[in-house]
Amino acid sequence: MAWLVANFSEVLSLAGLHLYQSVVPLLISVLIAVPLAQLARMNKTLRGLLLSAGSILYTVPSLALFVILPVILGTRILDMANVMVALVIYAVALLLRSTLDALESVDDGIRQAAVAMGYKPFMRFLTVDLPLSVPVLFAGLRVVSVSNISLVSVGALLGIGSLGSLFTDGLKRDFVTEIVIGIIGTLLLALLMDAFLVLAQRLLTPWLRNDGGLTKATAESNSDDEPAVVSA
Amino acid sequence: MAVSDARISLPDSGTSTPQVDAASAAPAAGSGTRPMIEFNSITKRYLENQPAVENLSMTIDKGAITVFVGPSGCGKTTSLRMINRMVEPTSGTITVDGKDVSTIPAASLRRSMGYVMQSAGLLPHRTVTDNVATVLRLNKVPRAQARHRAEELLDVVGLSARMGKRYPSQLSGGQQQRVGVARALAADPPVLLMDEPFSAVDPVVRAELQQELLRLQRDLAKTIVFVTHDIDEATVLGDKVAVFATGGRLAQYAAAEEILRAPVDDFVANFVGRDRGFRHLAFSTADSVPIHPVRTATESERGQRSAQQSRPPSDAAGWVLAVDDAHRPLGWISPADGSALLPGGSLFHEGQTLRRALDAVLSSPAGLGVAVDDAGSVTGVVKAPEVLAAIENARRQREGGL
Repeated sequence: MAWLVANFSEVLSLAGLHLYQSVVPLLISVLIAVPLAQLARMNKTLRGLLLSAGSILYTVPSLALFVILPVILGTRILDMANVMVALVIYAVALLLRSTLDALESVDDGIRQAAVAMGYKPFMRFLTVDLPLSVPVLFAGLRVVSVSNISLVSVGALLGIGSLGSLFTDGLKRDFVTEIVIGIIGTLLLALLMDAFLVLAQRLLTPWLRNDGGLTKATAESNSDDEPAVVSA
Repeated sequence: MAVSDARISLPDSGTSTPQVDAASAAPAAGSGTRPMIEFNSITKRYLENQPAVENLSMTIDKGAITVFVGPSGCGKTTSLRMINRMVEPTSGTITVDGKDVSTIPAASLRRSMGYVMQSAGLLPHRTVTDNVATVLRLNKVPRAQARHRAEELLDVVGLSARMGKRYPSQLSGGQQQRVGVARALAADPPVLLMDEPFSAVDPVVRAELQQELLRLQRDLAKTIVFVTHDIDEATVLGDKVAVFATGGRLAQYAAAEEILRAPVDDFVANFVGRDRGFRHLAFSTADSVPIHPVRTATESERGQRSAQQSRPPSDAAGWVLAVDDAHRPLGWISPADGSALLPGGSLFHEGQTLRRALDAVLSSPAGLGVAVDDAGSVTGVVKAPEVLAAIENARRQREGGL
């Protein structure tokens, strides 16, 4: 504990680095996976191709990817970009399938209704398909967010700063406290991210909140209109 | 009171159905109507299969309800969807108001027509108000103005403004359908396409929605194309009915009355079913059926009656109609058991059709059909032999008239 207090600012900045390296790839991967998934949905051949590519990419060991990427990208081996690019690749590989599932979870009747009302394809995708796929989409995002946070630690082996540095440093110095704090910190970070995603999903899907709560909704709207009755 | 009321009026839809049928079928049968939608030799073939629609040519009247009816797989929904290009025909053209639809961009064509589908097809992630405002928003109407119009429309379809803030999942099936109709009407399109809109709700709500649609149509006079597999719904709603046969063949296209009275072939005769003779009675008024006086008893009179229960009923016919203070029917008291109140049958409103008169007789435990006036108070009873005589009379007149 004393160690944590003494090194708190150091641990905090490592946690910040860790978060940065996992969140930025998560966001970028969503921006890549969603259009790819929609393309896969529209074309059967492309769908098979993309899904197998995703599976294959995911089997490449992370450490190997961290080492190879600088060669391909022309970055320095200690560049944070290597970790982030690698994470984007993993995240897209994982998200592709779950995003496809998410888009396919949208009731075709609703899609038809949108078409019948005169939505053009792109608008329909943005304002009907995408919002309705949020529940399944976020299930996938939560898995990837946890996977990202755990993978970022591996970058520490190459000397790229994150909470993983606490493991490597602790191992080198045979100092258990530091390792434990690294593990707890990583866990906390993962839990924090998950809680944030759950909250974000709730905010993005207001229509699911009162599901089945017809009486509650009625009570609420009554109190809006007739406060006198409620207080009486 | 409320319960016996409901029981009495439930067996058939609303109170004014057959009148509307008879009245609205008449102009469509005449030749003064203008065409709004025309199918010219339309064929739709999916890959190698048998055609879904084969060489369909028909004209749909402006300002009338045209019903496409038929068994599943007869191409009725496909035909409907070709009107707004949800489905593209393999060959042939469709014109709406003189314009070939294939020359109009699909999205703007669809925005120019209302579309109501089965189980409403509301967007679950939008509030009721925003659902109704959808097409207006697509047409770039400012949000506030679109919402205002949406709220007006909720009122038009009989929903309170309070519903507007809810999400579709918080409404009943019937309410969702009303929202679906409001949404289709929002941009005030001249054409309304309705794809089995009422088939997912229970029969009572369906009858309500049908009456509501007829009421709206009296004010709005839209060109409505309505798809259903239910011949009863078709004859209740349709100014004209198009019966589709399996394989996308148009078997008969005529006024509802004519389809029931004179089906062109076995397919149509089978499809309209065994009750078609009975249903056809909805097209003749029962003005000639005499209404006889009936013994009635109000609640207080019944109280006296049961107090003197030992005494046998005074006259042989025996059945007494229990009424409330406003002289509205409550039920029948049988001569055998003077204390129990038997639920009444359907009510015959004066001026209604032979179908109602006959049903009132058949559904009454006393064998006497209760006739009521507009206020719902009892004016007398109709008797089976006289209803049957009126039916025979109507048939003879038709024979003479044709």
